[in-house]
Amino acid sequence: MSTPILNVENLTVTFPARGARAPVVDAISLSVAQGEVLALVGESGCGKSMTALAILRLIAKPGRIEPESRIVFEDRDVLGLKVTQMRALRGAGIAMIFQEPMASLNPVQTVGDQVIEALRLHERVGRAAARDRAAAIFERVGIPDPRGRLDAYPHQLSGGLKQRVMIAMMLVVQPRLLIADEPTTALDVTVQAQILALLRELQDELDMSILLITHDFGVVNELSDRVAVMYGGRIAEEGTRAEVLGAPRHPYTQGLLRSIPSLAHRGGELEEITGTVPSLGTWPAGCRFATRCPKVFEPCNEQVPQTVGVSETHNAACHDVARNQPS
Amino acid sequence: MSWIGNAIVAVLLVAGVYVWWRARRNRLWREAMAALARRRRFALIILGIYVVIGMLDAVSWVGGDGVQGVAASEARSVIDRIFKPSVFREKSYSAPFASAEFVGGAALTFPGRHVLGTDLLGDDVLYKTLKGVKVALLIGGLTCLVLIPLALLFGVSAGYFGGRIDDVVFFVMSTLASIPNLLLLIALIMALGKGTLQVCFALGITGWVGLSRLTRAETLKLRELEYVQAARALGVSHFTIVLRHILPNLAHLVIITFALLFTGLVLSETILAYLGIGLDGSWGRMIDQARNELSRDPIIWWNIAAASTALFILVLCVNLIADALRDILDPRTLRERT
Repeated sequence: MSTPILNVENLTVTFPARGARAPVVDAISLSVAQGEVLALVGESGCGKSMTALAILRLIAKPGRIEPESRIVFEDRDVLGLKVTQMRALRGAGIAMIFQEPMASLNPVQTVGDQVIEALRLHERVGRAAARDRAAAIFERVGIPDPRGRLDAYPHQLSGGLKQRVMIAMMLVVQPRLLIADEPTTALDVTVQAQILALLRELQDELDMSILLITHDFGVVNELSDRVAVMYGGRIAEEGTRAEVLGAPRHPYTQGLLRSIPSLAHRGGELEEITGTVPSLGTWPAGCRFATRCPKVFEPCNEQVPQTVGVSETHNAACHDVARNQPS
Repeated sequence: MSWIGNAIVAVLLVAGVYVWWRARRNRLWREAMAALARRRRFALIILGIYVVIGMLDAVSWVGGDGVQGVAASEARSVIDRIFKPSVFREKSYSAPFASAEFVGGAALTFPGRHVLGTDLLGDDVLYKTLKGVKVALLIGGLTCLVLIPLALLFGVSAGYFGGRIDDVVFFVMSTLASIPNLLLLIALIMALGKGTLQVCFALGITGWVGLSRLTRAETLKLRELEYVQAARALGVSHFTIVLRHILPNLAHLVIITFALLFTGLVLSETILAYLGIGLDGSWGRMIDQARNELSRDPIIWWNIAAASTALFILVLCVNLIADALRDILDPRTLRERT
């Protein structure tokens, strides 16, 4: 594995809840290597989007990144940057695409103007040259009639085209890391496949790293090199795609994978993970999955599970895995 | 002082042409303008006539045609030069198109020339009504010039930055809103004086709260939208976000509020005139002075009728246009049109 471009250690984001500050993201650590796609998977409310926003320091008040957190991007301490330096890093170093392409574009500006704004923010380019660059990137992301579409307003484009515009807008300055927060959730399936293929191509071409945030294992399987599964603000399991999807060790990952409908086993009842996610501030003291885990035993309720290495690249934070692990 | 009026007309003409030219180049605005012209052609024409009359009354220069009873240094507007009020005047009241005075029946100096009759001092009522157009447009326009930037400044900063700024702005707004408007208005005019500028300023100070609330609420919503988030993720500064992403998306609100405010302001000047603190030459002043005439027998109706009708038509036209504008610019109906 090559050197990490992004290194997150001990990242903790807290929000006020019930009089105290509850961690929405609880001391998570992860790293993304140069040219790698890391998928961050988890259900709604597990803190995956918060992690992404924290990396860009875009957590809105009353949320707060706790001081023990460390985020290092290309040997620079992100949390220590001045506001102006942070602004320069956003977009040029780390860019982010959002879930809702419908709402991600300003309805009163032409899409071309928005892409040009993004470009001219970070590079000194003349108007005409910027327009050429915008048309080129439009062509690259597969927008038909790129020159004509520069003057289109967002409401004149379909959802898939808007997401392509969004990708063009984020890639026009060639960031080294792209954070994609559920980039295909709002699109229909055929368009999803096209957008995923496009992201894959661009990632190869630009040797860009991607932090992919999703709850869709289909997307994970399509795009990712490594997978980190999040539950309740912590990383439950992390490993290469083959390891996590093929041989999951954490009961939560196993449950998630079993609850995906499959064409091979049609009919019959779909398995589910019993119970619901506890609300913020009411987490159990030990393992956060303890209340819903089929393999729960004594230490689970009291002790926070340590991360156990299953292989060099694969680890899980689970007492059950630790118990069965020959060490 | 004639150069101020001339300069304002020049600036308005240039700005009007520029805005029209810019709007024509933008497809959304061009469509909106075409839709407005289609739906409210008549109201637009009437409003246009009002504006032209107001401008003709604002363009003035010194000297000229050697009319009697005018000081050599006095600048007179186009309207003044057409009506020559110092020449074509009677001694007292006369009915529209009358050839004799209303009281006593003495022959008029200029029989049949006064289309809307003359008032107590023998001045032509049509002339006074047309002079009122400028005052009305000035009250509406100048006040909005004070009011809208104030409302946007407070509303957008409160909505966008939130926290302390929001608390302070909201406190100021609630305080202002809790004082009866008319009382505050009278107090301000008493303190500042009765000039046109002062009255407009006072109306602006008392009127910005409504629009400010509206823009604050809208900004709160816009701030959370993903294109603002996306702009932040791209590293756009707060100032640029407000300028490029928040304000343009408030434009429809501002335009609609401007149109509605305008009529409200013209009407509230009437109330001020009734209380004796209105502007000279306004329709409010004419209506106020007509109070006693209404109790005469036979009744002298043309003064109040002329001023009220002029006021009514202006307010109606602007309201009709505002109503159509709201339909056209509202983003929810925008989608259905395209």
